[in-house]
Amino acid sequence: MKNIARREFLLKSGYLSIGFSLLGCTQGSNAATPTPLGEAADFSLDPQMAPLPDGSRIDAWLQVLENGQVRVLTGKMELGQGLKVVMQQVAGEELNIPPQRIDVLIADTGRTQNEGVTAGSRSVERSAMTVRRAAAAAREYMKQLAAKKWETDADALELTPEGVKNNSGTILSFTDLLAGQQLDTEIPQDVSLKPKDQYQWVGSPVPHPDLEKIVRGDAVYIQDMRLPEMVHARLVRPPVYDARLQSRDQAIERMPGVLQIVENGSFLAVIAEEEYQAVKAADALQKSAQWESGTALPEVRSWADYMLEQGEKANHPAPASGNAHHAIYSKPYVMHGSIGPSCAIAVYDEERLHIWSHSQGVYNLRATVSDMTGIPEESIRVTGVRGSGCYGHNGADDVGGDAALIAVAFPGRPVRLQWQRSDEHQWEPYGSAMRMELSASLDNSGRINSWRYDLWSDGHSTRPRGNAGNLIGARLLAEPAVFGGSGRVGGGTRNSEPYYRIPKVDVSDHHVAGPLRTSALRSLGAYANIFAIESFMDELAKKAGKDPLDFRIEHSDDERSVAVLEALRDLIKSEPAAAGEGLGIAFSRYKNSASYCAVAAKVRVDLEQKKIRPLKMWAVLEAGEAINTDGLKNQTEGGMIQSASWTLKEEVKFDTQEILSKNWTEYPIIRYDAIPETEVVIIDRPDLPPLGAGESAQGPAGAAIANAVYAACGKRVRELPIERYLFGS
Amino acid sequence: MQSSKTSLQLSVNGQQYTLDVDPETPLLYVLRNQLQKNGPKYGCGYGQCGACMVLLDNQAVMSCLLPVSAVTDKEIVTIDGLAAIDGSLHPIQQAFIDEQAAQCGYCTNGMIMASVALLTRSKDAGEEEIRQALQTNLCRCGTQSRVLRAVKQAQESMQ
Ligand code: FES
Ligand code: FES
Repeated sequence: MKNIARREFLLKSGYLSIGFSLLGCTQGSNAATPTPLGEAADFSLDPQMAPLPDGSRIDAWLQVLENGQVRVLTGKMELGQGLKVVMQQVAGEELNIPPQRIDVLIADTGRTQNEGVTAGSRSVERSAMTVRRAAAAAREYMKQLAAKKWETDADALELTPEGVKNNSGTILSFTDLLAGQQLDTEIPQDVSLKPKDQYQWVGSPVPHPDLEKIVRGDAVYIQDMRLPEMVHARLVRPPVYDARLQSRDQAIERMPGVLQIVENGSFLAVIAEEEYQAVKAADALQKSAQWESGTALPEVRSWADYMLEQGEKANHPAPASGNAHHAIYSKPYVMHGSIGPSCAIAVYDEERLHIWSHSQGVYNLRATVSDMTGIPEESIRVTGVRGSGCYGHNGADDVGGDAALIAVAFPGRPVRLQWQRSDEHQWEPYGSAMRMELSASLDNSGRINSWRYDLWSDGHSTRPRGNAGNLIGARLLAEPAVFGGSGRVGGGTRNSEPYYRIPKVDVSDHHVAGPLRTSALRSLGAYANIFAIESFMDELAKKAGKDPLDFRIEHSDDERSVAVLEALRDLIKSEPAAAGEGLGIAFSRYKNSASYCAVAAKVRVDLEQKKIRPLKMWAVLEAGEAINTDGLKNQTEGGMIQSASWTLKEEVKFDTQEILSKNWTEYPIIRYDAIPETEVVIIDRPDLPPLGAGESAQGPAGAAIANAVYAACGKRVRELPIERYLFGS
Repeated sequence: MQSSKTSLQLSVNGQQYTLDVDPETPLLYVLRNQLQKNGPKYGCGYGQCGACMVLLDNQAVMSCLLPVSAVTDKEIVTIDGLAAIDGSLHPIQQAFIDEQAAQCGYCTNGMIMASVALLTRSKDAGEEEIRQALQTNLCRCGTQSRVLRAVKQAQESMQ
């Protein structure tokens, strides 16, 4: 009931009915020709293109198009992680069709299955394996159909890109074969997969299908979508999370091109005919708006201290002395920092709502927007379109919600909402600050015999899953939706258990309700936990007088761990380190259940010049069956560079009144003067299931850098970011 | 606060356009909206990230802060103007594909435009000069080591 009230309220709060004329519209002089972006810009407001087949059927995952092309339908999103090419490879392999010829449709509530959120490196482990089985089932089904037609044995037939071929070379095209039918049968439980020793494409470095379009400047991203009669919107956000709007200049409505100001509580947006008109009006609105100041943010000098003071208490005695070693590590808030600020398009016809979004979970966004607006889920469609890389839960869902609010207040024309750089920097949910405290003791032979680990963290996931309060826009409304909280530590414990053989291990976590908005950032708590554990392992190795790599192997039970560490040893064994340079290593198995990654870093530290230059980073990655070896390398190289940036440079800054990290000058990230050369070796285990790998490098890369800094200059940095610790701000 | 539209001439990828625009409009918005170019991207609007780069008389410049009225006498090239008439790619574009020097690719426009400008003025640029030329271009996916390899590969193929 409350939702209905909110919806009516939304409708009343700003209303300009110009009638719904999306299709067959007349275009003004400034109206762009639509850029269809393939299937994504199916402008229809129909929430469902056709009834969705049950997920147990082949055609839920794989369809044959009218032109005979095979299409994979995945409920997952392409985020730049290479999802599409993996789907092409697994489907193409089973069907005997070159991957480049397979079309891939990504998440769309109107067309694809609900596969939850594209996160946690699970797309290959689960989703691609479903598509593999569906493709194998499609192959067998089409062979059987053809066998019936030709009255022959299905085993005598094979698939080609053009259709099913018999041994006299005759080809029956897929379209003729299916005669208007889809692959509407069940995927058999025991469907037989192609033997791996016959693979042509899986396990190879197949290039990504979108890259040529990108280098040619074709429309690829949501930011490139242009719909008929589309208008442009910009937001004006409060200075801090809960500041409330008091007043604003009413004359802004009369600025050139301005169509409407959407004001609802502290949710403030401007809609204009042209994009730059919206930018200028938003600037003017920003300058004129008066806000009642919200809750002051705390002054924080040290995250290690702050988390201890504000968090749940650890209730065990102080660490024992003697052979024990004790250390406290911390990390600050870090942002996703997508290069393209979040963007969404929404159109509403007073009944149905269609949102184009780069969200990682289109079904979740639909449910949440429904909760926020009161529009039933069945009347909402969310279509996934590529955005800039997100690395977790950034502003993608929020901007989708914001665009929905604006579209509902301005029915009839598609609204493109582009967040500005400061919207993304100040309002995206950050990766939580953390404190990690360790103590351990060594036995007489220099092996660890006891280990205690305490971590303090805020929650690591506040993804919207149906509760409007998880969208920033909904929290700013006159009738604000209530945020349910970030969950106890949630995700902060990832990789908090050491993946080493230690007789006595004690791990506890302590919640801290931190001052800043948080959610899932690539690898969640694993980055900080592995930074701490793997720094500590180096400290212990030194105490034991052992080589850090040997020390890790000595504590490893898992031969796959040993294999990546030994391969890393080979990679760096003849690497020289001059004065002022140092090499460091680290290892982890992501989530203690996914891929294995060992990283080495070589850095040069100049304390006088206040400069750290990562010179080279190496990784050995084992992710079970490698579907796309170059894709894995790309993810691992990128992960190492991103993690080097987090570790050396990054922290969200704020004062009591606002987030100060509003742009790239106030939140510096790595640039080319500090980019290391990278080298990645993949250990392929085609006989084992594929394991998620997109987040595996984050932790070990950070620790390897810290260990290398120690080797280079003798300073053990336990408080991130390293450059601030060593050189001041 | 008000500003009215003026008729302006613009030369983009060798084509002449007459446009009715607010002369203050940053070139980026004119290219993306009036001319429907997808290449130059909005990344920050502050000249800090390079996503919006285009060539202006062969120099790589950031189009997000540049008023369109300031470039009416310049030759503008956008990424879709780099390929030859027959569609074959510029060696830098090809090298980015060969090295798979992107992930999300949102920064790729800027990386390519900065590299093209560099190799036009200094085809034998060494490692440090390449890094310097790309210093303003941010990539969050961490593909910079691949981009460096791509630029070097393009240098070889352009010999
Ligand atoms: S968008 Fe122009 S430099 Fe960032
Ligand atoms: S490839 Fe994603 S920002 Fe560079």
